[in-house]
Amino acid sequence: MDPLTWTGSLGTVLNPVLFFLVPLFGVAVAARILLSLVTPETAVQSNPDGTLVATGGMQGGARMASNGLGLLLLVVLLAYLALGAVMGPQAGIIGAMSQQFVPVWIALAATYALSIRYKRRLGLYGKLFDSTIGMIGFGIVMFWVFTAFFAGVFDWIATQDSLSQMSGMKNKLPGEPLAQPEDGTYPWYLLGGDNLARDVFSRMVEGSLVVIAIAPLATLFAFMVGITLGLPAGYYGGRLDTLLSFLANLILAFPVILLFYLLVTPEIVLTGLPQYMAVVLFLFPLIFAGVLIHARYRTQPPRNALWLSVVLVPMAVIYLSAINEPESKVTFWPLDLFDIPSGILTVFVSVVFVNAPTVFRIVRGLVMDIKTRDYVAAAQTRGERPWYIMLWEILPNARGPLIVDFCLRIGYTTILLGTLGFFGLGLPPESPDWGTTINDGRRLLSIYLHPALPPALALLSLVLGLNLLADGLREESLRD
Amino acid sequence: MGLFILRRVGVMLLTSLCLTFVVFFLTNLHPNLEKLAKTQGNVRMTDEQVEVWLENRGYMRPVIVKYGEWLGVAPGWTRTTEDGTVTGRCVALAATPDEASTFCGVLQGWWGGSTVFKEPVLGIVGEKLALTGRLMLWVMLLMVPSALIVGVLAGMREGSPLDRTLSTVSITTTATPEYVSGVLFIAIFTSSAVGLKWFKGTAASAMDAPDFENFFLPVLTIALYGMGYIARMTRASMAEVMTAQYIRTARLKGVGFRAIVLKHALRNALIAPFTVIMLQFPWLLNGVVIVETLFNYKGFGWTLVQAAGNNDIELLLGVSVVSVFVVLVTQLISDIGYVYLNPRISVT
Repeated sequence: MDPLTWTGSLGTVLNPVLFFLVPLFGVAVAARILLSLVTPETAVQSNPDGTLVATGGMQGGARMASNGLGLLLLVVLLAYLALGAVMGPQAGIIGAMSQQFVPVWIALAATYALSIRYKRRLGLYGKLFDSTIGMIGFGIVMFWVFTAFFAGVFDWIATQDSLSQMSGMKNKLPGEPLAQPEDGTYPWYLLGGDNLARDVFSRMVEGSLVVIAIAPLATLFAFMVGITLGLPAGYYGGRLDTLLSFLANLILAFPVILLFYLLVTPEIVLTGLPQYMAVVLFLFPLIFAGVLIHARYRTQPPRNALWLSVVLVPMAVIYLSAINEPESKVTFWPLDLFDIPSGILTVFVSVVFVNAPTVFRIVRGLVMDIKTRDYVAAAQTRGERPWYIMLWEILPNARGPLIVDFCLRIGYTTILLGTLGFFGLGLPPESPDWGTTINDGRRLLSIYLHPALPPALALLSLVLGLNLLADGLREESLRD
Repeated sequence: MGLFILRRVGVMLLTSLCLTFVVFFLTNLHPNLEKLAKTQGNVRMTDEQVEVWLENRGYMRPVIVKYGEWLGVAPGWTRTTEDGTVTGRCVALAATPDEASTFCGVLQGWWGGSTVFKEPVLGIVGEKLALTGRLMLWVMLLMVPSALIVGVLAGMREGSPLDRTLSTVSITTTATPEYVSGVLFIAIFTSSAVGLKWFKGTAASAMDAPDFENFFLPVLTIALYGMGYIARMTRASMAEVMTAQYIRTARLKGVGFRAIVLKHALRNALIAPFTVIMLQFPWLLNGVVIVETLFNYKGFGWTLVQAAGNNDIELLLGVSVVSVFVVLVTQLISDIGYVYLNPRISVT
């Protein structure tokens, strides 16, 4: 079988168009920027009959040119993906990859269609679809979420097993057919083979699972810790605030990498330190949920008991299963439902530990600002308890900045996970996560580019998507 | 003001004490000591041999005592072996065991010796800091002016095509961690696969003779990640200033756009980025560790990785004291500088 080219038969038609459009688009954008600096701004002129006309001039022309060319470029790029999804390997590597991603395309299309249809009923999430930047960011993020979901649950998108090594495929370039193809296996290495003859494309896809599984959840835990400690620190102030702020600043004064080296090495894992930290840090969601419910239903004991038991009992079981692991330091609970691999747990705990102080500082600052508002004073006059005011009056009003920071922080956590992988800390060395694969690939970078670039670009795109999403959310939440 | 600085210095000392103790405690956990013994002594040592090795070198005593020795508030350990020779923490420094001082710690100016490099910690840290200082200097010289220019240009006309282009660039650079941008740069500019070969993929030669070819890529890699963030902050600050009343007044009285930006808006818009730039130092430290590892530039960050990877206790302590010092001093400078720049804020 022949090696695949990048664009296959599709390229004969579309490539010349693309090579023609890209420089033209660049020139149009540059012209537009230059013109906006040297010529006066376009003005809107109102006619006597009540209509408005934009007086275009040179700037208007440049705008129309760059917008039109941009749209054309987008259509061409989409054509690569859409036609590729239909034609498959005939349309080269891009087509074959696009075909692998078909479930993701369908899921994305469905999400967008439904969300835009019902956006007026969906609150802040719906408003996201009013902002172009937010929509682009959301699209990139959901692309990786769906990829991780389909790859993890149905084993769909990846073409090969991410750990198996094929003979004769070491450091092979993208599009290389298998040296010894067997029946039932995908006959190409779409993005080439790495130093150990594993499929780069499949490893990139499987790697998204590690990131998508850990990053949002770790960020959520960091928020639980930060909120649970930041609310009283900001609300009460005084000694409690001084103590907690000192501790937070202490952790923040550590260089992150030093902290990782101190917490994540195999020797430290032997002492059980990450597990003890998990015992403390994983408790915070329980405390948060318990206090949240109790503060609300304190005056209705039956309802209070019902809600507390419905929420806390499953959470406690999950908590105890999560911290207990056979043959480690914490093994007191007999009903151990599941085991978290020790590498994952260590990485998770250290990422939560690094993120929590920053969240604490943000929450504390927000609370100190909001507690001077009238509705807080009104609640105090009504005789509400402090925790009710913190959780049901102050927290909902701080949600805008917190949601935006949540998105940004998932991106930052992704970067931290990559850093851990880059230094070979925590996760097992054969793990397909992006940081580890970048680290593997960089050793031969001057000769072979293809093992390091796909995970690097994947990580870049996910973090970029999260940043754009946060920007869109900020824009929309500032609007109301 | 004096009282404020005094209090902050007190907090700084307390933080450094707590932090070094945490580092000391974690590096002195038994599995770490075992690893130290095996890397320094012999990989195939039995458990008993490891215990003896550690015992002979004074590692098997309570952490708090050892920490006191390191600080110089507890007398250094001594030990007389069966054949009568005296070994000890301070003995190694003096010519004869009798001349050895009782205390030898940080307070006496002895920061310990590195077990990996077999040299005094102070010398290593000083030498590596000089190398990293040079890197940071060029990073700052590249990052700060370009970030401010990008931010001001983007913020002076919010929503203009220039703003959108520059904002896209800066948001992309903030989303690109150093190990991604570094890998991309090495791939594009140094590899034989692309063939440009404009720069060198390693900065090892830049330690002795830095030039554009071997030093620009590491500098650019660190600078880009911080640049986007500072530029976005500058843009936000500039955009806010441009909507202020006095800018409108200046416009209405007929001042040209260029004069408004340069004379009225710029100085006020640069107050917020100052804080951001100062607070970027801790992040830059992070970037330095990654970039020095990636480009094999044996500076401070590289030393941190070596010390941490080999459980070199005293070198790691020296490194953490320096980095904590950098973090806290920049925080202090940013607070004080903010007060001077913005008369509406006071430290009390």
